[in-house]
Amino acid sequence: MTALLPRRGLAQIFALIVILMVDRAVSPQFFDLRLQDGRLFGSMIDVLNRGTPVALLSLGMVLVIATRGIDLSVGAVMAISGAIAASLADSHGLPVVLAAALGAGLVCGLWNGFLVSILGMQPIVATLILMVAGRGIAQLITEGRIVTFTSPDLVWLGNGAILGVPVPVAIALGMLILTGAVVRGSALGLLIEATGGNARASELAGVGTRAMILAVYVWCGVCAALAGVIAAADIMGADANNAGLWLELDAILAVVIGGTSLFGGRFSLLLAVLGALIIQTMNTGILLSGYPPEFNLLVKAVVVLAVLLLQSPKLTGMAGIVARIRGTKA
Amino acid sequence: MTLKALFAASATAALLLSLPANAGQLTIGFSQIGSESGWRAAETSVSKQEAAKRQVNLKIADAQQKQENQIKAIRSFIAQNVDAIFLAPVVSTGWDAVLKEAKEAKIPVVLLDRDIDPSGKDLYLTAVTSDSVHEGAVAGEWLAKTVGEKACNVVELQGTVGASVATNRKKGFDSVVAKHPNLKVVRSQTGDFTRAKGKEVMESFIKAEGGGKSICAVYAHNDDMMVGAIQAMKEAGLKPGKDVLTVSIDAVPDIFKAMSAGEANATVELTPNMAGPALDVIAAFKDKGTVPPKWIQTESKLYTASDDPQKVYDSKKGLGY
Repeated sequence: MTALLPRRGLAQIFALIVILMVDRAVSPQFFDLRLQDGRLFGSMIDVLNRGTPVALLSLGMVLVIATRGIDLSVGAVMAISGAIAASLADSHGLPVVLAAALGAGLVCGLWNGFLVSILGMQPIVATLILMVAGRGIAQLITEGRIVTFTSPDLVWLGNGAILGVPVPVAIALGMLILTGAVVRGSALGLLIEATGGNARASELAGVGTRAMILAVYVWCGVCAALAGVIAAADIMGADANNAGLWLELDAILAVVIGGTSLFGGRFSLLLAVLGALIIQTMNTGILLSGYPPEFNLLVKAVVVLAVLLLQSPKLTGMAGIVARIRGTKA
Repeated sequence: MTLKALFAASATAALLLSLPANAGQLTIGFSQIGSESGWRAAETSVSKQEAAKRQVNLKIADAQQKQENQIKAIRSFIAQNVDAIFLAPVVSTGWDAVLKEAKEAKIPVVLLDRDIDPSGKDLYLTAVTSDSVHEGAVAGEWLAKTVGEKACNVVELQGTVGASVATNRKKGFDSVVAKHPNLKVVRSQTGDFTRAKGKEVMESFIKAEGGGKSICAVYAHNDDMMVGAIQAMKEAGLKPGKDVLTVSIDAVPDIFKAMSAGEANATVELTPNMAGPALDVIAAFKDKGTVPPKWIQTESKLYTASDDPQKVYDSKKGLGY
């Protein structure tokens, strides 16, 4: 049976369906959809919309992790780009705002990439620097307060709709297609996997591993900056203290749930985004369930553990053995 | 030897420099936590205003959220022989040694906004703090009075789980709800005191309560979560302030903006003016030797749409919130 189906992605899809069913059970109107002011409205839309920042982060993170790296600074980069976007929103047009915010993400990515690929620092330490400093930079930009704006263009990025689909969701989808086209439409994805699999061997085989590593951190920075702009647009303000706080961990979790190994090598963009959706489906379900908030983290931990156990080759292997023994007994 | 002499000389010089300009003027050292939040920034600016109003020379030392910096600042205030020390303690323990030094130097200490461990009770003159249980109760009383006898389903946006402010603001509100059987908290979740989470949690409340039609009021443990919740309600086609009553705590400028737009109903102020009462206490203590009570509770003032929210907004927006 399992041999007939594609092995990869099965566990994630199964997990998502189970969590969706649980959500439906705790909240009977979970799949209800209606139009509200030209925008689709319902819990499923909340899942997609609220899952957007982590989905965007995971798009960059999965490439970084594929090179055997990690980027802890994405949450702080979100705070920086959100702060820049909010400070410029009411005095400049959307193109300028976006260019400045995404440019900041690009610079942050270059910095991380420089430390890791040129100076050879360990990724976890190199990006820890910006994780700490970045939030400080964001606080300097906002002077420690929540900077609000009313610019309708920027607000549209967070709260608007294209044919009923919330703009953030459309952006995330666009970014997934774009990243997929660039990475899988060329040999780039393979080269990234080679770099993560064995950097030295790849280097000897003629892969520009340094350039690969620099490029993935830059892309990760840009994705994080975009997530930051959307998060700021959503609440019509930049909250440097809280924007993107701990989201780097959710992004790493999404990538891992998506089956990409922290030791680098083979990766899947689609499954990383699916991982982000699994996390958000669970979060929304917890909020809908009406359980006391003290349970939130516990439920989350148990579900994550279950999803990861589903993917564990040893455990599924053991289950196979148990099934075979039972089969022979019967 | 020369080094010691130099040190002594510079210490004397520092002491001379720090002497008040005129003999009657009080010099007070204020060890502030840092600028952790907008409210903290507002507290610092209001303290400066209140000191200027009373012609007190207020020296503020920013501790950047570190206790060792606060201890250093207090020691330097003692060395400068100030008339009194204000302390907003970043943590509640570890103050005994330095406060004893202040006591031996006969410099009265007033705690602002936060209390310290009971073991240090006799080491300070008084503590000026708000009562967060009372704040929750004031919010609850307003809601009870506004809805009257009508049945009302309330959804609650809690602060960060485990934070004492969140626990107390919930306790105060719940104590009022318990007295009014027509009030019922139907949903309660944490919004971590942030706008983004307040919005996300409110979105789920609206879905869980049949599109929000059965929600009669929202109670948020701080204004920021309420600002997020108001956006969520508007996006769901509800009219916050009319269809759904709102009451929250803190009185930050942005909630007054929402109030003047008719989208929020009430907020309970956590006053940034802790220094004002403290300055009055010190003046009375120095002049007549009046010993104040051990705890001075600040007023938890209720603001509603009838308090000219636009005016309050204008007066608050420059304070650094």
